[in-house]
Amino acid sequence: MTALLDTLFNGLAIGSVLMLAALGLAVVFGLMGVINMAHGELMMLGAYTTFVVQNLFKTGPLQGLFPAYILLAIPAAFLVSGLAGLLLEKTVIRRLYGRPLETLLATWGVSLILQQFVRSVSTAFALGLVAAVVLALLAPRFTPQAWWQQRWTPLLSFGRWLAAAAVGIALASGLGNVRALDQPWFSARNIDVTAPQWLRGSIDLAGVNMPTGRLFIIALTALALVAVNWFLQKSAWGIRIRAVTQNRPMSSCLGIPTETVDALTFLVGSGLAGVAGVAVTLLGSVGPNLGGNYIVDCFMVVVLGGVGKLLGTVVAALGIGILSYVIGSGSLLLVWPAMPVGLNELVTFFATTSMAKVLVFALIVVFLQFRPAGLFPQKGRMVEA
Amino acid sequence: MADLFSSRTLRRALPWVVIVLLALLLPAVLPPFRLNLLGRFLSLGIVALGVDLIWGFTGMLSLGQGIFFSLGGYALGMYLSLNSLEPGQLPEFFSLYGVQSLPAFWRPFGSPLFTLFALWVIPALVAGVLGYLVFRNRIKGVYFSILTQAALLVFFNFFNGQQKLINGTNGLKTDTARIFGELVGSDGMQRNLFLLTVVLAVGAFLLCRWLTSGRFGDALIAIRDDEPRMRFTGYNPTAYKTLVFAVAGALAGVSGALYTVQSGIVSPQFMAVPFSIEMVIWVAVGGRGTLIGAVLGAVLINYAKSLVSEALPETWLFIQGGLFLLVVTALPDGLVGWWRSGGPGRIQAMVGWPPVAATYPELDLDPAVQAEKAELEGGAR
Amino acid sequence: MSPQATVPAAGSPEAPLLELRGVSVSFDGFWALNDLNLRLAPGELRAVIGPNGAGKTTFLDVITGKLRPTRGDVLFQGRSLVGTAEHRIVRLGIGRKFQTPRVYQNLTPRRNLELAVSRRSSPFDLLFGRLDSTARDRVQHLLGVVGLEPHANHRAGGLSHGQKQWLEIAMLVAQDPQLLLVDEPVAGLTDEETERTADLLKQLAGEHTVLVIEHDMEFIRDLQAPVTVLHEGHVLCEGSMDQVQVDPRVIEVYLGSEAEGEFR
Repeated sequence: MTALLDTLFNGLAIGSVLMLAALGLAVVFGLMGVINMAHGELMMLGAYTTFVVQNLFKTGPLQGLFPAYILLAIPAAFLVSGLAGLLLEKTVIRRLYGRPLETLLATWGVSLILQQFVRSVSTAFALGLVAAVVLALLAPRFTPQAWWQQRWTPLLSFGRWLAAAAVGIALASGLGNVRALDQPWFSARNIDVTAPQWLRGSIDLAGVNMPTGRLFIIALTALALVAVNWFLQKSAWGIRIRAVTQNRPMSSCLGIPTETVDALTFLVGSGLAGVAGVAVTLLGSVGPNLGGNYIVDCFMVVVLGGVGKLLGTVVAALGIGILSYVIGSGSLLLVWPAMPVGLNELVTFFATTSMAKVLVFALIVVFLQFRPAGLFPQKGRMVEA
Repeated sequence: MADLFSSRTLRRALPWVVIVLLALLLPAVLPPFRLNLLGRFLSLGIVALGVDLIWGFTGMLSLGQGIFFSLGGYALGMYLSLNSLEPGQLPEFFSLYGVQSLPAFWRPFGSPLFTLFALWVIPALVAGVLGYLVFRNRIKGVYFSILTQAALLVFFNFFNGQQKLINGTNGLKTDTARIFGELVGSDGMQRNLFLLTVVLAVGAFLLCRWLTSGRFGDALIAIRDDEPRMRFTGYNPTAYKTLVFAVAGALAGVSGALYTVQSGIVSPQFMAVPFSIEMVIWVAVGGRGTLIGAVLGAVLINYAKSLVSEALPETWLFIQGGLFLLVVTALPDGLVGWWRSGGPGRIQAMVGWPPVAATYPELDLDPAVQAEKAELEGGAR
Repeated sequence: MSPQATVPAAGSPEAPLLELRGVSVSFDGFWALNDLNLRLAPGELRAVIGPNGAGKTTFLDVITGKLRPTRGDVLFQGRSLVGTAEHRIVRLGIGRKFQTPRVYQNLTPRRNLELAVSRRSSPFDLLFGRLDSTARDRVQHLLGVVGLEPHANHRAGGLSHGQKQWLEIAMLVAQDPQLLLVDEPVAGLTDEETERTADLLKQLAGEHTVLVIEHDMEFIRDLQAPVTVLHEGHVLCEGSMDQVQVDPRVIEVYLGSEAEGEFR
């Protein structure tokens, strides 16, 4: 009994992290059909935001409020990741609607840039970047207007970005000579977020040891789920989002601002990635590669659950979480010590986290043979059209 | 200057001339280190040809080519590990993990003939089975991409986790192994491997050209453009996709084997998620749907990567990410596609030296007319 | 010959080419087809009409294997098609033309036709086999029939809408099916093109069995074919155009729905 509860709790804990991470993706991929490979990096931004908020509370006047910093980190991470996602949508994804494979590649490019950005960013770097962007955007204002109506204008508008980049790099390396400005903000090393005391303990319930950090994540996930569900089902904008998902041209004809809806959907989905980033900091140190560890799992959750259904995401995440824990911990052996020898070896063979992943993913692929559209497919004649 | 670009024959022939010249000249000119790099990149060109075949021509974006690449590499790596042993000995790493006897699946790799086939047949079979299971269910588009990526992660975790079977994360070293009595890592052997790579790359190119030029190629393009319609023309797309995916797998296997012996090691890093996506970007930059573009893209980008990584390692990811964005938004047909659709002429026109026009200059430079011309040229193959 | 005479009465001795027996299709409880029965004699030309949502396209989807009927059976030459893959159904001799012209845009009309005319469809046949001279002649002939010879070697994507429709019909003919299913062949065509299409279909009807789905009543009248009226997934009535037009049930269905002006 205790073993069962223990398995259930740990599976739930793994599953809820997965669910929180996949929830944003389910919104973006499920509702908009956009493949955002930078979703993991948006989580990473959320984790780094938590780190920054934590540092703010470590010293100075806010020191007394340190135990509560995580409550501030959640909206902050939502905002940072959400705004980053919004920027991504406005600049890149918007140009690529209806071309999912191109979107996939472009967002992968963005994810590489974001990874290197958190490794490299220093004050000098940031100043150089800001200078380059401002210069490139303002270039048409400070040059003769006639330049922008020539046949070589396309070259110029491309060239200004090159020139601006050159100026930015020059500025950054110039400022880089100043030791204080050259200090990277985060560097390539992993960062450790110190959880407040109350999230570092554990409570025993029915003989199961439950770390409060894990309980917090489960609660956070449940809260996020309820909030997203409420937002999509009850709020005015949520209804608009669903309307656009079901029939874009019709919604547009009815006066729903589809572009705003797209932007909002993306903001919410990306913001949720940020919240997931906060949760991840409670599990251990985080680094620039954080995104890569989650992105494939997240997509598997969404695909397994069935695109466009939150319930599918929930069931799939919990299912994968519990299955991974059961297989990875080899806890079947504890429950059934008298297992036959052959089976015994098999269970031991898969009883590591990475081998559990091998088996779980293989099972998912087998499952998709029978239910290609996932656990909760959308029915109707529109699906294959 | 203007005639240079408007002559279509020359425009088509130029990439070929460049490749042949490079292959002949470089071994004499380049120091061994650079030659070895070029050989590696050229072998990556072979996997890129496979990616082009399935993505550029058939419309299936696989993010899991690293699986087949590694399988080819491991097949050869296992043979080389066994080949340099005294009878009765085991490869060294086994003793570290307390393995006493050679695992059964290693045994056939003692045979050179078996290995010669295994390094492309095994990847082709794995690709074929995997592809068949996915295509049978009509999983396509991004779902296919995601599933191939998941499969890649499965293989990565498996090879990475199995120290006792395949030396786990350390991989298999081939540099110190011997083949034909000579060290694989020696300069002479590496030069031979370079030439072998050139020959196989040209062979792979011709194979792909044969596949894509006839009615089979038409069928692939038809599947890419309208798969359901293909069924109603009486074709079974699953068979075509499975076959072409298996061919791409075989190419990846050959490529992986060549890359392994030239880089001196095969390790689970070949199955890292980013590496397989990079393969796609080589093709995208070179020009998807053009075979020469795939090879050129692989060589150019990897050369750029090695140069940048030597000088300013931290900027490479920025450049690579930027390339992804640039090629998707501004250069959808890649460099070769841009070149073939008269890109250089457009730049010339922008800076004021328009190419000599066949008809009225104004008419010839009109974008609508140019688009039409490009379309006609594309259709007249 | 009165059109009525070509509609085989139920239980007629002549074996039908295609027979739908009590076919029903449900989408989440919505019955797009409801106990649909239909027989087509070999060589017949038949028009199917019906207001929007009558299940016309679903009806074609069921025959061509795109959808599996929830209940009922589809027989072609006495053999059940249920559960047969789409491409096999095509190879059995059922060709389908889609509502919007669907040709392979990046191939030339000639290559489009070469794919359609091929008797063999396995990858290896396409790789190692060549088109025989009769097939090549057929392609050339069809290009001439639909007037695409001058465009034969240019991308099909550059053709006009009407030319694409004709290319698609040519592809269908190249497949040489026994049964042609034609879905709204004249949508978006000019009057002249519509007339030519009607003539072409009438020509085909002798050798092939043709089933046309269309909204355009003038066109249906031009065809001089027996008409089947579908309504809510069910056959409402069958008969000649003139008979159908005065049938009170048909009038009610059309006038009761949004398509008032459509049925004159």
